[in-house]
Amino acid sequence: MNESSWQQWAITITTFLPIIGALVILLVPKDKDKMIRGLGVVVTALAFIGAVVIALQFDYGRSGELQFVQNVKWIPVIGARYHVGIDGISMPLYVLTYLLGLLCAIYTARYVPSPGKTKAFVALTLLLITGMAGTFIAFDLILFFVFWELVLVPMYFLIAVWGSANRQYASIKFFLYTLFGSVFMLLGFLALYFNGPVDVETGKHTFDMQALTTFGAGGGYAHTFQLVVFGAIALGFAVKVPMWPFHTWLPDAHTEAPTIGSVLLAGIMLKMGTYGFVRIALPMMPEGAVAYAPWIGALAAIAIVYAALACLAQKDLKRLIAFSSVGHMGFVMLGIATLTTIGIQAAIFGMVAHGVITGMLFFLVGSIYDRYHTREIADIGGGMSELMPKMAGIFAFVAIASLGLPGLAGFWGEIMALLGSFNPNTAVGLNVGLYRAFMIIGGIGTILTAGYFLWMLQRVNQGEAPVKWKDHGFRDILTVEWVSWVPLLALTLVLGLLPSLILDTTATGVDTIVRIVTG
Amino acid sequence: MTNIDYHALAPAVILGVTVLVVLVVDLFLPARAKAAAMWVSFAGVIGALAALLTLIGEGTRVVFGGAYVVDAFTLIFQGFFLLAALVVLLISYRYLRDGGFYQGEYYFLLLTAFLGCVLMPASRNLLMLFLALELVSAPGFLMATFRKSDIRGNEGGLKFFIIGVLSTAVMLYGMSLIYGLTGALDLHAIAEGLAGLSGSRETLAEVAILFVVVGFAFKVSAVPFQFWAPDTYEGSPVPVASFLAVASAAAGFAGLLQLMFVAFVGQWEFWAPIFALLSILTMTLGNLVALRQRQAVRLLAYSGIAQAGYILLPFALVSGDTTVNTAAFTATVTYILIYAVMNLGAFAVVTAVSERRPSLQIDDFAGLLKAAPLLGVAMTAFMVSLAGVPPTGGFWGKLGIFAAAIDRGGIGIWLAVIMVINSVISVGYYFLIPRAMIFEESPDGDQRVRVPMLLGMVVVLTLVGVLAIFVLPNAIYRLGELSSLALGP
Repeated sequence: MNESSWQQWAITITTFLPIIGALVILLVPKDKDKMIRGLGVVVTALAFIGAVVIALQFDYGRSGELQFVQNVKWIPVIGARYHVGIDGISMPLYVLTYLLGLLCAIYTARYVPSPGKTKAFVALTLLLITGMAGTFIAFDLILFFVFWELVLVPMYFLIAVWGSANRQYASIKFFLYTLFGSVFMLLGFLALYFNGPVDVETGKHTFDMQALTTFGAGGGYAHTFQLVVFGAIALGFAVKVPMWPFHTWLPDAHTEAPTIGSVLLAGIMLKMGTYGFVRIALPMMPEGAVAYAPWIGALAAIAIVYAALACLAQKDLKRLIAFSSVGHMGFVMLGIATLTTIGIQAAIFGMVAHGVITGMLFFLVGSIYDRYHTREIADIGGGMSELMPKMAGIFAFVAIASLGLPGLAGFWGEIMALLGSFNPNTAVGLNVGLYRAFMIIGGIGTILTAGYFLWMLQRVNQGEAPVKWKDHGFRDILTVEWVSWVPLLALTLVLGLLPSLILDTTATGVDTIVRIVTG
Repeated sequence: MTNIDYHALAPAVILGVTVLVVLVVDLFLPARAKAAAMWVSFAGVIGALAALLTLIGEGTRVVFGGAYVVDAFTLIFQGFFLLAALVVLLISYRYLRDGGFYQGEYYFLLLTAFLGCVLMPASRNLLMLFLALELVSAPGFLMATFRKSDIRGNEGGLKFFIIGVLSTAVMLYGMSLIYGLTGALDLHAIAEGLAGLSGSRETLAEVAILFVVVGFAFKVSAVPFQFWAPDTYEGSPVPVASFLAVASAAAGFAGLLQLMFVAFVGQWEFWAPIFALLSILTMTLGNLVALRQRQAVRLLAYSGIAQAGYILLPFALVSGDTTVNTAAFTATVTYILIYAVMNLGAFAVVTAVSERRPSLQIDDFAGLLKAAPLLGVAMTAFMVSLAGVPPTGGFWGKLGIFAAAIDRGGIGIWLAVIMVINSVISVGYYFLIPRAMIFEESPDGDQRVRVPMLLGMVVVLTLVGVLAIFVLPNAIYRLGELSSLALGP
């Protein structure tokens, strides 16, 4: 191995850069508002550059292997190590985290939600970014868990301080729900640890995710053990995703969160859960995965239809987008539940696409609210095309991407998940009939999805603008909005036309996982 | 045997001498300079700490024929108690000076109680353990009633006293039974003696163990001996509450660790399930009742009860397997150390707030983040840490206990699940104070509050501690691991 020190340190530097930035910002006097916002942009830009450099130097020929590895002692007493690295599965999510982080920082340069307190707002956002990014590159269960939980506190405050009217309730609900799930996940991790392999050198058990994957893939864990522990760990992931019926925190949290809170929540945080399924639950406990897959598939199918019906009933624009997330994550989970290469590929693609599209939708809803000061669809009353033609155009574009129009990013994740459930992994005994039923339900879901999005566009964009809005002189899209949105709009198109950008990167890694599960 | 190893005794001796000096010095201090007694005490504790440092790396020292042993366990706990003493002294300074209390007597009592704490981990003999425990308790009774004109203080102190004396009597009876059955006072000798018992004598021994546990269960405020704690904490001066919640409880655990893991370990099949029950009841009751509290010190008292439940959990994991026992022991010690840092910090903040708002309702914390950002940020960190959520040290404490429990398997898994649910419940009240501090407006408007320097220092140090433990957990785990060497033969 001839790894330069940059290769060793790249991930660490990039991951912790936002936290260091947050510490620097804490030292800036709080009346230097402009400087704080500027620093936020600079720090996230540097971190984004770091992520891009990693992505460029990444050897895509070996995308199934872990690269940029750093693996040093951390807590020798319990055998936890500081083990980070990146492979093809982590790469898209890692880069997306920094992209959305940067765009949020740019957006913040203009919009700091009430009650201001820019310093704390920017610092917490940066802390949040480190937590989310870290989850995707940690390869030690304890390190993974620490990053995972690191997200909780800043997100709680982002919602609780800068959220809208019902923020107190929404934030504590979010906190308690996710904490509840994740503590069981922690117990599951400990069970994996104590029943896992013993490190020859130290004589201790190991939290190393690669070692545990190898062990679990080789049938190291007993069948009943897998059933119990998969359940515990899946509970933690399922709450985060969120899978129906654990989703009830999400509409509240999303609706109340400030714009960039919603963007990061939908764009990245939800993916931590689905990533956990792919990275930890499936390969470490393949038998557990097979046993639970039909149930996960069923919940996913319910989620798709349920979310679509819920969306049809929403009066609040932001709440509608929030519920649409439940449906999209349903497709992601359906893909995972098929235990096929195409399904899991669909899942990862779906995660990225949903991050880009729904992140963008939340930006839009935030900006629309900024003009109208209402999120009630009835109150907006249509005619946005007339008042703000560009905003309305972008809104239509993104909504249509979200409903899965071919040629745009939202399409591939859904169609591949449905294809996956047409042909689930029969080698492990998944019931084809059952999965085809899921596929049909999912198909109905896509129609409903198209229905509620188009209906939403009809109610917001079209028709005659109510008189009360006409004299407001709404400003159409501002420069700062263009800057933070164009990358997402471009990605929506690029990923739609060239899905292989992501699919090729993740292919080898996904293949390995499916092979492990198939046994 | 006439040679006494004074070096090994030095920390305790220095502290003991300081106790007397403080009492005498107070007589000669003019009324307005009584506060100087704090600095005399402070110097004495520093001296004891310095003496302790010279003992590190010196190996195990045995004094008084095995009644007093200085090993890693002793050193870690003594160091911990002395540091806690420094913190409590600093917290006390302004509170006592400005509150119109008898200061000389207070510091005398406080140091005496800490002397008991310092003796506790070194005591390896029933009599020594009893002496140490009483030395912690008796001054505590008096200090708890230091707010003499406050009816709550009197009520709390009296409850504390009556329950304390009752449980001590039961414990002493248990000890006498143990002695009668085994003819030994030394903990290792008791373990051997108990192993040889059978039939009705074995049953009697089990009853005796139960009696001894009662005394310590009172000390650590375990259910059903917990109900003095909220009243006493609330009625005491806040620094005394911090002493009771941290040092006094930790002393109880230090003694209990010795008894259960060394003297009574052979009878684990009898008492481990009892501890499981104690642990479950204590944490669940503490957490559920804490949810309804609206007074900060009472909230911390119930939080302390819940935390005692967590610390009791590893006792329930004890079995015939030495590795499991070592892990459980380590987890207990680690948790106590971390718990002390965050809880002392929380009490320091409460003390600072009590200066302006002695009633200490949760509403009295409203707007604190704006009024005193240091206190607001620190208190939030302490509460997050007590709830066991990263990025704070409390997380590692909980992780240690979870790990020991999962490793134990069987009952351990159920205990871990119950503790996990309890941890989530606890967020429901730990977030009350931060919520008031951050989201509610202070009735005084945006007026800044000056934090007294000594208190500010304590808050900063404990805050740094809580965060540093999070970043570098290995050091604290290592301390826990080292302390478990005491389990060896």
